[in-house]
Amino acid sequence: MARAASTSQKIAWTVVAWAVAFVIFFPILYTVITSFKTEPEAIAGINLIPSGTLKSYIDVQTQRDYWRPFTNSVIISLGSTLLALLIAVPAAWSMAFSPTRRTKDILMWMLSTKMMPAAAVLVPIYLLFRDFGLLDSRIGLTLMLTLINLPIVVWMLYTYFREIPGEILEAARMDGASLWNEIIHVLTPMAVPGIASTMLLNIILAWNEAFWTIRLTTTNAAPLTAFIASFSSPQGLFWAKLSAASTMAIAPILIMGWFSQRQLVRGLTFGAVK
Amino acid sequence: MATRQTRTLARFMMAPSVLLLLVWMIVPLAMTLWFSFQNYNLLNPANVSWAGFFNYQYFYTDPAFFQAIWNTLLIVGGVLLITVVGGTFLALLLDQPMFGQGIVRILVISPFFVMPPVAALIWKNMIMHPGYGVFASITRFFGGTPIDWFAQYPLFSIILIVAWQWLPFATLIFLTSLQSLDGEQKEAAEMDGAGLVARFWYLTLPHMSRAITVVILIQTIFLLGVYAEILVTTNGGPGYASTNLPFLIYRTALLNYDVGGASAGGVIAIILANIVALFIMRAVGKNLDR
Repeated sequence: MARAASTSQKIAWTVVAWAVAFVIFFPILYTVITSFKTEPEAIAGINLIPSGTLKSYIDVQTQRDYWRPFTNSVIISLGSTLLALLIAVPAAWSMAFSPTRRTKDILMWMLSTKMMPAAAVLVPIYLLFRDFGLLDSRIGLTLMLTLINLPIVVWMLYTYFREIPGEILEAARMDGASLWNEIIHVLTPMAVPGIASTMLLNIILAWNEAFWTIRLTTTNAAPLTAFIASFSSPQGLFWAKLSAASTMAIAPILIMGWFSQRQLVRGLTFGAVK
Repeated sequence: MATRQTRTLARFMMAPSVLLLLVWMIVPLAMTLWFSFQNYNLLNPANVSWAGFFNYQYFYTDPAFFQAIWNTLLIVGGVLLITVVGGTFLALLLDQPMFGQGIVRILVISPFFVMPPVAALIWKNMIMHPGYGVFASITRFFGGTPIDWFAQYPLFSIILIVAWQWLPFATLIFLTSLQSLDGEQKEAAEMDGAGLVARFWYLTLPHMSRAITVVILIQTIFLLGVYAEILVTTNGGPGYASTNLPFLIYRTALLNYDVGGASAGGVIAIILANIVALFIMRAVGKNLDR
């Protein structure tokens, strides 16, 4: 008995689901709409059809220097992701392929470092950054984000690598493949999808991190999170500009997110839910 | 063929990660602990002295402290409640046959990718603003008086915003879990005459238990540290009505320059997080070993 739902039922579910989805998505939709309004229009009550002006986008770039925080966000999120991968790939690799009795404990311990509340170590980190001249520097922030995301990167890579069958390695070895050949021709092709997924998720996490990026920067290294947060200071209502800046800040990551739904589930649940 | 050589190699490969995380864990922790016993104000850095338990006493007697702990727990509990219950219903809804399921799913998960300052400012200004917000417009349309959300219900407003950000996460994970449920089992239960509620309670919910555990674990980690949402909306106020522990520590450290006091707060935050973590890790460990 195939569960063929009747068409009317399907239409009913479609209506309900689209309505709910619309409500959930509405704040984002409304932001995008508002970004194409003039400032007076933006505060003139609900109006879903904007006048279509691009003024806010131009203003944000000319008056507020949008591109510096944008560049900082790109550099910091990409940089910290690559650095974390560089450190984590060998670790995850060895844990997946030559596990010991302690491997599981080490993984759990790594996860537990994520339990430490960021604010709890704000004081020492702030003072260390001050003393090493890392405050408001891209290098400092990149290092910071590398450290806080490292456990997740190791975990994610580990769950991917573990699925690569070990027999393939042995078969290659039997065939007389050298270690180098083994890595290049056998392992890399199988590991690349996992590494790519990890990278994608980590860029999203780094892009949206909003504690250290706000507290450890002022202007020079401030990424988009800090830039947008600066709009909260009461200097009048500039909703159209805020909307334009917000739209530009979330668009790249939103699109990346849409493509990474599956990986997101795997990555953030440490492979427990697939 | 785990020779000694490969084992040494494995250790070398793990060393950078383990060492970095070890340093990352121990150094700031030790410093926080040390500072928490010092009289140390950044405005007067030359005058540092041993404080004993004064900072803890100071924090403990501060009325803001208990409110901050209570608010922290309310945020975690409130958001978990909304996202787990709401996420379950949403996942069940998205699992039904419909047209354009892919697009619906994309729309529903989108809030998760919105950075916290943006999410908070959108809600604060465009949605919940008492004068020009969407809620206010709707209320006025029905002849009511708009509510000044952040002045009257500051903590609830923050819970609402954070829940909006995390609802997609719970939904997506529950949905993934639902879709791995065996269709034949569902049909068998249906044929045996199990009703909708019975099927959900005895078949779907047990199947989702692992997903629910994971969602609670991951969200708790992030929810204990809610910060940016508070910073850009209420700034912890009015009074301390929406100050949680991270925000109180930030306030003590960077607005009052009180290193000692903030560190004592940090130690307490770590203890709190560990108590919560202990419960959760135990539950998760049990659930993940299967």
